[in-house]
Amino acid sequence: MIGAFAILLCCQLAGEVVVRAAGLPLPGPVLGMLLLFVILLLRGGEPPAALAAVADGLLRNLGLLFIPAGVGVIVHIGLLAEAIVPVALAVSIGTLAAIAVTGRVMQALLGSRGGAGR
Amino acid sequence: MREGEGLAALWVYLSADPLAALAATLLAWLAGVRVHAAARGNPIVNPVLVAVLLVVAVLLVAGIPYADYFAGAQFVHFLLGPATVALALPLYRHWSLVRGSAVSILVSLAVGSAFAVASAAALGAAFGAPLAVIASLAPKSVTTPVAMGVAEEIGGLPGLTAAIVILSGIVGASLGTLTLNLARVRDWRARGLAMGTAAHGIGTARALAVNETAGAFSGLAMGLNALATALALPLLWRLFASG
Repeated sequence: MIGAFAILLCCQLAGEVVVRAAGLPLPGPVLGMLLLFVILLLRGGEPPAALAAVADGLLRNLGLLFIPAGVGVIVHIGLLAEAIVPVALAVSIGTLAAIAVTGRVMQALLGSRGGAGR
Repeated sequence: MREGEGLAALWVYLSADPLAALAATLLAWLAGVRVHAAARGNPIVNPVLVAVLLVVAVLLVAGIPYADYFAGAQFVHFLLGPATVALALPLYRHWSLVRGSAVSILVSLAVGSAFAVASAAALGAAFGAPLAVIASLAPKSVTTPVAMGVAEEIGGLPGLTAAIVILSGIVGASLGTLTLNLARVRDWRARGLAMGTAAHGIGTARALAVNETAGAFSGLAMGLNALATALALPLLWRLFASG
């Protein structure tokens, strides 16, 4: 388990270092995800069981990890209130419309070549 | 007043130690998961939303500043990094599906990413938001660190952007399922891609909870949209601002 966690941290660390050194406009962990993905691809076969267990455990509770940042919204409640109408509309209608549009476009493109998996 | 002194000493200990903030965060999450389950998994009763409201209520009632809470809760926050790296696993498991629809993914992502930025900026402008707020709304669909960086680059307020990003994620996670049903998007790949593009990690958490294929596509979309927005938005913004 510790080994698996070390793998995740090392991929993140490598991602952070490369992002900073090369001035890439990406968060380090996203590059770390790509790195781990490439490693798994090169390795082939099933991912190591310990790594899968740690990764799945983290991802099952992904929502938990957003709580500290989510609570941080209270710090900016004043700024949010100042522009409440445009912010509320952009956050609600903008986000939901983007979900609908992205989903429709993707489904249409997939459907035009026959898609798997509902 | 020995008792009072004891309580004061206890309070000093609890507010200086990460223990209480961590325990509160975990308990709030467990409560959020329970409430979500009790609502028969209704996505509107989003576990993140419930947990955040609980913690906010505790902080307000007890008069604890957010910075004190975060000093402890940052250990949970820190795990977002390794959890993002862990998204490589669902992506790897569904690689054949992803590779088979690579062109569809890239086109949908480009359309969705541009739409998310344009709709946020247009709604902000139409309803009289100042330019700094519009710039804070524009990158709202990408993961927080990227959104904050982009907002700062185009004249937005990073702190406001962080709050807007989180709220957008919660809206997407709690109402995205209903929206996708209304839009009759049934393919799990399309549903996941939409959640990750418009509602980043919080949407991805919801997608993963529903279906692993959707989770894999959502995690991928989150990463790709972070890249697309970080590259394109500052350039387009300057183009519009100068023109």
